[in-house]
Amino acid sequence: MDEIKEKLTRSSKATRQDYFGKAISYVCIALVGLLVISILYFIATRGIATFTVNHASITDFLTKTNWNPGMLDSKGKPEIGALPMIVTSFSVTILAALVATPFALAVAIFMTEIAPQRGSRFLQPVIELLVGIPSVVYGFIGLTVVVPAIRHVAGGTGFGILAGTVVLFVMVLPTITSLCVDSIKAVPLYFRSASLALGATRWQTTYKVVLRAATPGILTAIIFGMARAFGEALAVQMVIGNAAIMPKGLISPASTLTSQLTSEIGNTTLGTLPNNALWSLALVLLFMSLVFNIIVRFIGKRGQMKK
Amino acid sequence: MNPKTSNNVATGIIMALVGIVVLILAGILGYILYAGIPHMSWHFLTSASQSFKAGGGIRDQLFNSLYLLVLTLIISFPIALGSGIYLSEYAADNWFTGIIRTAIEVLSSLPSVVVGLFGYLLFVIQFKMGFSILAGAIALTFFNLPLLTRNIEESLSDVSDLQREAGLSLGLSNWKTITGIVLPAALPGILTGIILSAGRVFGEAAALIYTAGQSSPVVNYGDFNPMSADSFLNPFRPAETLAVHIWKVNTEAVTPDALSISAGSSAVLIIVILLFNLLARWAGKRLYNKMTATK
Repeated sequence: MDEIKEKLTRSSKATRQDYFGKAISYVCIALVGLLVISILYFIATRGIATFTVNHASITDFLTKTNWNPGMLDSKGKPEIGALPMIVTSFSVTILAALVATPFALAVAIFMTEIAPQRGSRFLQPVIELLVGIPSVVYGFIGLTVVVPAIRHVAGGTGFGILAGTVVLFVMVLPTITSLCVDSIKAVPLYFRSASLALGATRWQTTYKVVLRAATPGILTAIIFGMARAFGEALAVQMVIGNAAIMPKGLISPASTLTSQLTSEIGNTTLGTLPNNALWSLALVLLFMSLVFNIIVRFIGKRGQMKK
Repeated sequence: MNPKTSNNVATGIIMALVGIVVLILAGILGYILYAGIPHMSWHFLTSASQSFKAGGGIRDQLFNSLYLLVLTLIISFPIALGSGIYLSEYAADNWFTGIIRTAIEVLSSLPSVVVGLFGYLLFVIQFKMGFSILAGAIALTFFNLPLLTRNIEESLSDVSDLQREAGLSLGLSNWKTITGIVLPAALPGILTGIILSAGRVFGEAAALIYTAGQSSPVVNYGDFNPMSADSFLNPFRPAETLAVHIWKVNTEAVTPDALSISAGSSAVLIIVILLFNLLARWAGKRLYNKMTATK
C-alpha cells in the first residue's frame, strides 16, 4: 500500500523537468537584474567618491566652468567645474533631436500614410542600414567630410558642436523614425476613416488626427533619440574638438561628457581625484540615462490615460 | 491656403525630406565604399598592423572582432534565452515582472561608454583580468543582453497559443512544450535577432576601449592551445578590434596613412555588417520555410 502511495505522490520525471526548466529561466532573469544593480552600484560609488572622499563641492562640480581636476584653484579647491561638458552634451543632444525630428516624422508619415507598401519596402532597409552603421564609421565620415566642410563654409577649425550635431542627427534619425512608425501604425484605422469621411484631405487627417493621436509615442521616440545622442561617445569625440572649455559658439571646439570620459580616463590613475572626477561625469551620464527612462515612462502613462 | 493646396504642399515637403534621408544614406554608403575599396587588398586584410610605418594591415583586428563576437554570443545567448523564456512563458503580470522589465529597459538605454567603464572597473581592475578579450566579451554581453532578450521574448510570444495548447493536450510537460514546440517555432525570429545583434556587436567600440584594450600583441595563428600566452585563441590576451582600430588610428595614432587605414577598415566593417543584414534576412526566411513547410 505504502509503496503505491509513495509512487503516486512522488513527482514525475516531467514535473522535475518542469521545475528544472523554470529554475533555469529564473536564474537567468535574476542574473539580468543583478547586472543592472551592480552597474548602478559601481558607477555610483565611484562617481560620488569625488565628493565623499576628495571632499570636492558638488555645487562647484555642477556650476563652475574650470575643468582641470589635477590642479587646485586659488582657494585650494580642486578645479572640477563640469558645466562646459554638461552644457555641450545637452546642446548637441537637443540640436540633433531638433534637426532629426522633422526628417524622422516625414519618413514615418511617408511609410505609414502616403505609400505604406512601396514606401515601407524601400525605406525599411534604409532605416535598418542607418542603424547598422557603427558609430566609429559615423565618426570617421564626420572627421573626413563634415569637419572640413564646416571649416570651409564657416571658418574656424570645423570641430565643435555643429559637427557633433550633424553626426548625431544621422545617428538618432533611424531610432526616432522607427519608433514614430510604430506609434503612427498603432493609431486605429477608424480614426482615419472617420476623418476622411468628413471630407478632410490626407494631410488634414494626418496632421489633425493621426499625429495628434500618436503624440505620446512620437514624444517617446524623440526622448529615446535624445538618450542615444546623449550617451554616444566615439563619433562625437572624433568631431567635437575635445576642449573642456565653455563652448563659445557652434563652431568652437568643445567637449561632451562622453568625449571627455573616453579621451581622459586612460590618462589618470584609479583612485586619484582626476580619475574620480571623471567617474563623476560617468555618474551624470548614468543619471541622465535614468531620467530619460523616467520621462519615457511618464509620457507612456499619460498617453495611456487619454485613451 | 485651401485644404487641397496645403495637402499638396505638405506631401511635397514630406517627399523632399524623405528624399534627403535616402540621399544621406546613399551618400554615406557611397562615400565609405568609394573611399575604402581602393585600400582593400589581400595584403591589407592579411598583414599585421603597423604603429609607425605606412602600409599596415588589419589581420589581427579583423580576427579579434570575429573572435570577440563569437565569445560574446556564447556568453550572452544562453542568458538571453533563459530570460526570454521567463518573460514570455512564466512571468506573471505583477510588480516583480514590472521591475525586471524596467531593469532590462534601463540596461538597454545605458550609454555604451558607461557599460565599458563598468566592465573596466569590475573585470579589468577588480577581478584582475587585465585588458582581455574575455573582459570585452562580458562588457559586450551587458550591451547585447537586453536587445537579445527582448528579441527572444517577442519571437516566443509571436508563437500562437494553439501550439502550446496542442503540446499540453498531448500530455507534455510545460518545459517540454516550450523546448520541443514553442522554441523551434520561434527559431527563425530568434536567429534573425542574433545575426542583427551580431552586427551591432561587431561595430561596437566605446564599450571595448577600456575592456578589451587598444593594443594587439603579436599572436601565433598556429598555436591552438587557448591557455598559451601568444595563442590566437587565448581569451586573456588584450585585443584591439576593427572598430577600436578605426577610432584609435583617427584620434591617437601617428601612422602616416591613418586616413587610408580607416577608410579601408570602415569599408570592411560596413561590408561585413551588410553581409550580416543580408544573411539575417536570408537565413530567417529559409529557416521559416523549412520549419513550417511553406515551400
